[in-house]
Amino acid sequence: MDFKLSPEEEVFRQEFREWLKEALPRNWDPYNQPTFRDHLKIRDSYRAFQRKLFNAGYAGINYDTAYGGQGRTLMESVIISQELGRMCISLVIPGVITHGMALPLIYFCGTEAQKKKFIPKILDGSHLWCQGFSEPDAGSDVANVSTMAIRDGDSYIVNGQKVWTSMAHFADYCLLVVRTDPESRKHKGLSYLLVDMSLAGINPRPMTQITGEAEFNEVFFDDVRVPVGSLIGQEGQGWQMAITTLMFERAMGDVVISAAYETNVAKLLQMAAQTKNAGQPIVEDPLVRQQIAQSYIEIMALKYHGLRNFSSHIKTGIPGPEGSIGKLLWSEPNQRLTESAIDMQGPAAQVTGGPWSIQNGSWQYAFLRSKGNTIEAGTSEIQRNIIGERVLGLPKDASRT
Amino acid sequence: MDITLSKTQENIIKETRRFLKKECPPEYVQEMFRDDLGFTDELWVKMKRMDWMAMRIPEVYGGIGMGQLDMSLLLEEMGRVVMPGPFFSTIVLAAEVILAAGTEIQKKQYLKKIADGQLKATLALHEPEGGADLSYIRMLAEPDGDDFIVSGTKLYVPDAHLADILVMPVLTRTSGNPTHDLSLFIMDRHETGISITSLPTMDGTRKLSAINFDRVRLPQETILGKQHHGYAPLMQALQRAQVGLVAESVGGAQQAMEIATEYAKVRIQYDQPIGAFQAVKHMCAQMYTDSESARSMLYWASWAQDYGEKTEAAIAASAAKSYCTEAFTNVASKGIQVLGGTGFTMDNAMHLYLKRAKANQAALGTPRYHRERVMQLLTADGEAS
Repeated sequence: MDFKLSPEEEVFRQEFREWLKEALPRNWDPYNQPTFRDHLKIRDSYRAFQRKLFNAGYAGINYDTAYGGQGRTLMESVIISQELGRMCISLVIPGVITHGMALPLIYFCGTEAQKKKFIPKILDGSHLWCQGFSEPDAGSDVANVSTMAIRDGDSYIVNGQKVWTSMAHFADYCLLVVRTDPESRKHKGLSYLLVDMSLAGINPRPMTQITGEAEFNEVFFDDVRVPVGSLIGQEGQGWQMAITTLMFERAMGDVVISAAYETNVAKLLQMAAQTKNAGQPIVEDPLVRQQIAQSYIEIMALKYHGLRNFSSHIKTGIPGPEGSIGKLLWSEPNQRLTESAIDMQGPAAQVTGGPWSIQNGSWQYAFLRSKGNTIEAGTSEIQRNIIGERVLGLPKDASRT
Repeated sequence: MDITLSKTQENIIKETRRFLKKECPPEYVQEMFRDDLGFTDELWVKMKRMDWMAMRIPEVYGGIGMGQLDMSLLLEEMGRVVMPGPFFSTIVLAAEVILAAGTEIQKKQYLKKIADGQLKATLALHEPEGGADLSYIRMLAEPDGDDFIVSGTKLYVPDAHLADILVMPVLTRTSGNPTHDLSLFIMDRHETGISITSLPTMDGTRKLSAINFDRVRLPQETILGKQHHGYAPLMQALQRAQVGLVAESVGGAQQAMEIATEYAKVRIQYDQPIGAFQAVKHMCAQMYTDSESARSMLYWASWAQDYGEKTEAAIAASAAKSYCTEAFTNVASKGIQVLGGTGFTMDNAMHLYLKRAKANQAALGTPRYHRERVMQLLTADGEAS
């Protein structure tokens, strides 16, 4: 067993770290990164940065060179992800669906034509993707999709509504899950379409979340004519494709997140050193120390579990059941960390900006945003159901079909 | 980076599990729990034949010289069955201290016998006013010619009643900084003036004692290693011992989770297995989450003791000790809850897991102690030993 990188991998990490330092905007502060308040700025920053990564040979690390990738190893991809998570998570987040879902889906399930059309533009930052999965009646009951795609000549006519679609208001393409077999129910008869968001009839409406920002949207599809070539895989295979790609990407997500959270703890330590209670730095308060240490420890559990999971994946080729706990290992500890971060600020816990705010009110944003962590990408309840049923083999309850 | 087990390591697990299933079944553990000695020599002899006492001891001292990770795999299996007896105190505690602190002659003298299963040993660490602070040693050895005279009390000493030899930290001068004044002594348990009293404990599988020292004479040659230089090796050894407790805890958590999950599949109420109900299912899922993430921490902490740099090894040990013993307690508590009334009886094995979990939490530094240690290491206030 070896937790160290090989010497070549260590060199690779160092080189990337140095490149990243130069490539990031001047005065970049990992502790003070932009949020979704200005979504057009977020989109443009992502695009510019992704293009930089691409031009420097750091995009699509483990993807085939035939499609613009670097043909390198999965481990090297992990290294890049860790460094990006550590330094500039806000530049990575807008690309999470693009690189974390669209890219593997198209790579593993797309035709040659689809791969050639989409992958290079994902890698060079030209295309930003959103994911059209959830609907008003299909939340945790994810297979209850009713957005229809009815074949009409060389098109599908798509009608329906998606919800919680992050970045739909500025995305170029959408991974759209639709029902192509009108007689079907639940996970049977679902298909994936790669939809150009500029098509007529697509109407995203931003929704404001409790942080005060509009990350996600309702998206209305009114008689949208989508070319038949947009179908990826076969009709009716949508569910299996979704499950497979989700499994492969879970591990990478955990790696990026744990790196970002390590930075958060460093930021928290800085905050505790600079903040006073009764005239004393709170970093000397035993209770504060306990809370910070606990958050750090939980992040280490996330980190090493993610790496162990990855390692087993690389060795055996398939993600193991240990991967299913990843979301629980980051979402709930993050809620605890962000809440204790504002609690230790005393009355300043209320202040979200301005000269009397602590670290620019960023912990206030983080605390509110963290409430979404246990809901998005599969609620904690669904995660525990999956662990209980698929990993531990416990039976479904009789009331569920 | 390869965080998977080798074939050899998988075999260690398989063999150990098979042996313990046969030689240390729940009935035996329950019996030892109630028994005053809490251990049988039969088992010790059988363990010796498996070469377990020799595992961690370097070849040059008569052992097999395996690393911390292999030791962790062995201890995990022992933890799975809540194995009673002085293996932990002898091998994971005392032998580590001798290895870290002893002179070559002392190491050859003691470690071979330990590796052969001929000596049982323990570490007498805690003092009445020290609480969880592992470095709070105030017992003072008075010089008398070439000897030292020692009086005082050491507490919570595991399996002292079975030990042949004791290892003990004591101050041998008073410079004002106790960490510069600490020496380690090694002595026969039956030395004149040493009296051992059993302490009744929640965890009957790990017997603890109070040891009273009434003007015990310790000759110069009973100093383990260098006089006044016992602090660093003691802390090093304790760090590895902490990882040992972590390993036991991870194994125990795993088994408790398996027992509860199995029960949830077969216990029928309202015409279905209770595991079908979300509240029960989710408890089992959380138990799995805690156990698996604890194992990841264990692997990191174990590897880091042998291959990580000093600060990483120290952070990993404390992070794991805190996280994994709490995880074990959470899992065992939920285990009782899933089992319902049955879980609350002495007849059911689950109480063994809860009690060992709490014992492991309390021993060798509480989670609170270790979180503080992590903070010190993160803010570079503390030195890695």
